[in-house]
Amino acid sequence: MSEKIEQTDTSAGDAEGQTRRDTLLSLGGVTVGAAIYGYGVRPLTNNAGTEEDEPDESVPSDHVETMTALAEAVYPAAVSIDESYIANRVFGRTEPRPGHMDELYASLEKLEDYARARFGDPIPALSPKRRRALLRSMGVTESHPKPDGTQAERVRFYVLNDLIYVLFTSPISSDLTGIENPPGHPGGREAYRRAPNGGENQ
Amino acid sequence: MSETDRRPSSDTDVCVVGAGPAGAFTAYSLTQKGYDVVILDAGKRLSPADHRRRLEQWLRSDFQRKEFWHQKERDRYSSTGEIYARLNDTRVKAVGGTSLHWEANTPRMHEKDFEMHTRYGLASDWPIDYADLQPYYARAEREMGVSGADDNPFGPPRSEPFPQPAFPPSYSDSLFAEACEELGIAMTSQPKAINSEPYDDRAECQGYGVCNACPINAKYTADVHVRKAEDAGARVIDQAQALSIEHDRSGESVEAVVYATPGGDRYRQEADEFVIACGGIETPRLLLLSDSPEYPDGLANSSGAVGRYLMDHPNVSVAATLEEPTQQNNIGWVSSRSDQFYDHDEPTPGSFHLTFSNTAKSIRGGAQVKKPTLSGLLEVAGNPTQSALFDKATDPFNETALGDDLELPTNDSGPHPISIRGAGEMLPRADNRVTLDRSKTDNHGRPVPSINLSDGSHAKETMQFCLSVQRSIMDELGATITGESTLEDRDMSTHHMGTTRMGTDPSTSVVNAECRTHDLRNLWIASSSVFTTGGANNPTLTIAALALKTADHIDAKL
Repeated sequence: MSEKIEQTDTSAGDAEGQTRRDTLLSLGGVTVGAAIYGYGVRPLTNNAGTEEDEPDESVPSDHVETMTALAEAVYPAAVSIDESYIANRVFGRTEPRPGHMDELYASLEKLEDYARARFGDPIPALSPKRRRALLRSMGVTESHPKPDGTQAERVRFYVLNDLIYVLFTSPISSDLTGIENPPGHPGGREAYRRAPNGGENQ
Repeated sequence: MSETDRRPSSDTDVCVVGAGPAGAFTAYSLTQKGYDVVILDAGKRLSPADHRRRLEQWLRSDFQRKEFWHQKERDRYSSTGEIYARLNDTRVKAVGGTSLHWEANTPRMHEKDFEMHTRYGLASDWPIDYADLQPYYARAEREMGVSGADDNPFGPPRSEPFPQPAFPPSYSDSLFAEACEELGIAMTSQPKAINSEPYDDRAECQGYGVCNACPINAKYTADVHVRKAEDAGARVIDQAQALSIEHDRSGESVEAVVYATPGGDRYRQEADEFVIACGGIETPRLLLLSDSPEYPDGLANSSGAVGRYLMDHPNVSVAATLEEPTQQNNIGWVSSRSDQFYDHDEPTPGSFHLTFSNTAKSIRGGAQVKKPTLSGLLEVAGNPTQSALFDKATDPFNETALGDDLELPTNDSGPHPISIRGAGEMLPRADNRVTLDRSKTDNHGRPVPSINLSDGSHAKETMQFCLSVQRSIMDELGATITGESTLEDRDMSTHHMGTTRMGTDPSTSVVNAECRTHDLRNLWIASSSVFTTGGANNPTLTIAALALKTADHIDAKL
């Protein structure tokens, strides 16, 4: 358990003073690589300030594996991703609200529980088609995203829309959208001047 | 003093109400001169982490873009005119003010904007001219770190280079360039307070494409100068809502600003000088709320002009498509503009400028959005075609498709979008005004601002001409026009000006050439509300220049 987490997550603690994230991390985690320009989402800044929202350096590996499996089902087949992409883009990003990652973890746990109970296997063991069926079966694809809503609405908000957000703000969607450097991704300073199909800058 | 201690300071030289660009520059400049300054702001202070969070909040349709600063009860208002005010989508109540989500375009006003009556017999002249403001424009550009190039054949005179080089034109600009050249329309760089190189300990732009919520502070926001003022000794009291301004027994000077804190406590901040810097809506509202036996129509309102002469910048746009890719949305800002039509010989049509969009593609929507089932049913009811009925019958809940059927916010297939926007001049008219709506109250039981705004004939004729120019460019380009945004049913723009206007005559204006109120000797206003006329250019650089000038006048008085 990192010292940083003990310092920063006390507000979300349970009766024993341990947070959900503490518990998850105590089960073992993977390291989220440092985000780098052009790939990661950690903004570079020399305007230093408090770092209360910095992503934890460790994320439970089973959550990364589950989220990656879900991404493979949610994204078009033409989009290729791996666990490091999910670890960086989803779990390594700045939380849009404090506590967002805790809620994402909780939603993933609910989804995993549902998969085991109704589909008989953990999510990564299901085929992409069965993973999509799982999300439909839970009502996620028919629900509105609500951070404080029903189980399905929360999964829609924290899991499905997180995946969609990182897809549409990443160059891996460029071939689909025709936006070489999509909004939310650093690198537009070069892309905005470039002619189509790799032409010369204007 | 702890961060949450919101009690007033003693022995204060200057109290500034509002921590947006106007308040920030006034406070910063006075603090630099050695004065004890207290800044009150109704909103919160955003942390660096909050700034970074805003990127995702801005891009996701399932977040509220304004959730960091909007408070429903505090920010109530009424909109009674033809033009819907949409105040809470445009103004920001937080330390840094509306610059927290501005697009950072920083053109100067033109010489003619200060001389509308002399040149055209329209409206009134400002009591100052461009030359008076020119050195302050230069200072404001240095403070903000404006990127630009002296390449505008129709721009106002400059005596010094921009602090940073301009951003080069986009690929999309190059598509327009030939058509504009053919039509004799000069395209130039767009000055902006976004770092084209590292500046003032802030990063250079990395092209996140979301300027309204820049996560790396490459875009200037006024909390930069609030921090600088604090570093030099100023004190900021955030979440301190100014309720009224109290004057002395004679009614000749202000004694204190009464403010409330989140806990419900009320305090009086006394000072020698007071600067109201609350923007074009809340500044007149605060004066109107501060009525007294000496000022029955509102403080500093012996002219009756407080709240009147509200102006914004009407804008129109033409959207079109080309068969070839247009490379949109790789960057968030505009890189080229034209001032070809800014200065004019005849009074009407008046000034407008053109900007050539780099963001003509939609980036919100697709699978990010789940339409309400009811709205889906209403759509079908409104358009009961066979295919719509079939879709609804087979997918009654508007199910989100996944995998290869995932809906994208936009796609790569042609035709490809392109657009031109134009913003223009609205003349001041007395009936366009901010008043108090006594039937509706805010979180402290005070009447809310009521906004009445409509376009006059000058604005309508100006923007009609602007549209015709935009269509000509699209036609020359060989583009297929797909849509137009006109003044019909438009909302108010983001610029609120004119409601405590500047002038030499105390019977027709609220502040003098130094931006001090005619009525009270120690009450100053720093805001676009002092603009006598609004021109056609984005107002923030002018707000900053006027704030720096006002600080010099306060210094001279003290």
